[in-house]
Amino acid sequence: MLDTETNNKAMITQSFSNDTPDTQLPEGFRLPPPDDEESEEFFVNIGPQHPSTHGVLRVVVRLNGETVVEAVPHLGYIHRGIEKMAESQTYIQNIHLSDRLDYLSAFSNNLCLCMVVEQALDIGVPERGEYIRVIVSELQRLQSHLLWWGVLGMDMGGFSTFFYGFRERELINDIFEEMCGARLTVNYFRPGGSSLDVPDTFIPRVKNVISALRKVLDEYNNLLNRNIIFLERTKGIGLMSKETALSYGCTGGVLRGSGINYDVRKNNPYSIYNQFDFDVPLGRVGDSYDRCQVRMEEMEQSLRILEQAVVRFPGGPHRSQPKQNYKLPKGSYYSQVETPRGLLGVYIVSDGGTTPYRLKYRSPNFSNLSVLNEIAAGHKVADLITIMSTLDLVIPDIDR
Amino acid sequence: MMPSAELYPVNNFIGDAVRSLFPPHVAAVINGLIALLSLMALVGSLGAVLIYLERKVSAHFQLRFGPMRVGPHGLLQALADGIKAIFKEILKPEGADTFIFFLAPLLPVSAAFLILAIIPFDHHLQVADPAGGVLYVLGVSGLSVLGILLAGWASNNKYSLLGAMRSGAQMVSFEISLALLMLLIVMLSGTASLRGIVLAQQGTIFDWWIFKLPFLGILAFIMYLVASTAELNRTPFDIAEAESELTGGFATEYSGIGFAMFFLGEFVNMFVSSCLVTTFFLGGFHAPLFGLPVIDPILSLIPGFICFFAKAFLIVFLYMWFRWTFPRVRVDQLMYLEWRIMLPANLLLLMLAGLFVAQGWAG
Repeated sequence: MLDTETNNKAMITQSFSNDTPDTQLPEGFRLPPPDDEESEEFFVNIGPQHPSTHGVLRVVVRLNGETVVEAVPHLGYIHRGIEKMAESQTYIQNIHLSDRLDYLSAFSNNLCLCMVVEQALDIGVPERGEYIRVIVSELQRLQSHLLWWGVLGMDMGGFSTFFYGFRERELINDIFEEMCGARLTVNYFRPGGSSLDVPDTFIPRVKNVISALRKVLDEYNNLLNRNIIFLERTKGIGLMSKETALSYGCTGGVLRGSGINYDVRKNNPYSIYNQFDFDVPLGRVGDSYDRCQVRMEEMEQSLRILEQAVVRFPGGPHRSQPKQNYKLPKGSYYSQVETPRGLLGVYIVSDGGTTPYRLKYRSPNFSNLSVLNEIAAGHKVADLITIMSTLDLVIPDIDR
Repeated sequence: MMPSAELYPVNNFIGDAVRSLFPPHVAAVINGLIALLSLMALVGSLGAVLIYLERKVSAHFQLRFGPMRVGPHGLLQALADGIKAIFKEILKPEGADTFIFFLAPLLPVSAAFLILAIIPFDHHLQVADPAGGVLYVLGVSGLSVLGILLAGWASNNKYSLLGAMRSGAQMVSFEISLALLMLLIVMLSGTASLRGIVLAQQGTIFDWWIFKLPFLGILAFIMYLVASTAELNRTPFDIAEAESELTGGFATEYSGIGFAMFFLGEFVNMFVSSCLVTTFFLGGFHAPLFGLPVIDPILSLIPGFICFFAKAFLIVFLYMWFRWTFPRVRVDQLMYLEWRIMLPANLLLLMLAGLFVAQGWAG
């Protein structure tokens, strides 16, 4: 009994000992082992089961004491082969698969896929349909950012923010539920509009959300984002230069946090975003704090868009040319949208049939995660968690 | 009569009754047993009350109700949790040091138990009153650090070890602050016995050490709260447990009753710390008199132990308020706070207090 115990202990120590030869460094680590005999480097698995990876992300971290030397993300724990499945499903069937990419931006994913079909078949969308798309996308952005904000507080050890974030998020999710029967995997948009018209209560409820959020956003800033501990924990942490952000293909709040003015809604307007007046918030230095403030400010801007949209919300049909099956002409098509987490692109190669020949999602989270090692190295473990949180990762979108 | 039969005679009516019924040596043993049993009952019931309180307080901070199902308003929830914890399987990770692994959860509770023994809950409601009570508190409170360190080391888990290292560094440094602040109180009171410290604050609330000296007392009080929050491993200083970073820190590998003991230890230690704050700064068992002729006679009718518990639970509520409001600080920031801010400030306060005492302003 005692022997087995000692053996086990020896094995465990051995497999992670400091003087592992170069060839035995775990997969993905590039820095050479330290020459220093005194060095206290060891490897820690953060995930796949860990409270702060929010899903099944696994990051193997090489630590020197508390300091992160290298962090290597390992993917594939929630790979479902959505892109392969897409090849055997019609375009309408694919919409519900796109819900499962990034479950916090299901509407944007739907929209992106529908826009490819519309572009290929030259289907127009009625005005009411476009307004529904914009309003719903912005509501989605709000609920996604509220969840992110709550989780950010939780990752920093302040549990209460999570519940406050959920209070307003519930209002938004209730709208979704009334609209299409689902709260997360909505399967709502269709080529040419949306599957259902919105109920009469839609606009009053959106107005209710706007007034509720206008009231609490400042309160939320006071609770977390202006707290001295929060400032100390985020300012100067996880600095990402403009060059790094661009070279890793970061998008969304992560890119804008580094001060690069790129938002698909402004730079390459889709739907009717060009008819709305809103700003693109930018960070100054690209640290965790900037990424947080960019998202907080984005919520304000989404509210501005919503305020304009509810006033101008038109009547009329919500969908044009509804069909059971769409056959895309031979060729390749691409469209992109700004999800709450960044740029989502869909690239479809069609051979003229009812299903795509090949479908590729360009997901924002994959690129945003890839920058992790670059910006987390040299910080403490606690900061690694904060940095991951400010990248706002949704894991199913990474693996697909 | 042999007065030396009892080292610390229990001076209340129970002690007197036992002494009048039994010969001195037997009475000493019986009194000791009664004191120990009542302490055990106190620790047990405090655990249940505090856990229920924390769950309710946190729930209401977070727009929830908290436990509502077990008993009216979930009053029996702590009991249900306790039963669950007892019947859960105790898992020991492979390669863990068996003896230390099972010993560690007992230490924080023992520390709390030992300190409770010298807390003056009322005039004559105190198990023992050593002359160097403050020194005893400092010495014994180290046990809870030891428990966490050993737990982290014995678990054979890297998260646990990281948590233990953090907690060791944190507690060792903040204990210095606590010691300096206790020294300040000892200087002002002129005694190191806890009962003596309380008696030195007799009078209205303006005779309590928190209000007696302008700004000095309130500053020391705030610093004591900060340092003791760190000592207790509670948010914003819960870096040893840090569930979002270390998945549970030192307690990662503990399940069932082992985890429950850590949990209990944490909560009872929080209460003990509140008792010490009450004793040092808030006049202990003295009723809050305002020097007003109408209200004071009514207030002074309140029994001492009720005043004491009310004050202690007020401080407990403060700790809970901190926990459910603040995010967590980082390890190096915590060390910075202690060594670069708290410690110099404490030394400065100590010098000021020395000046006050030398000038005879401390009373």
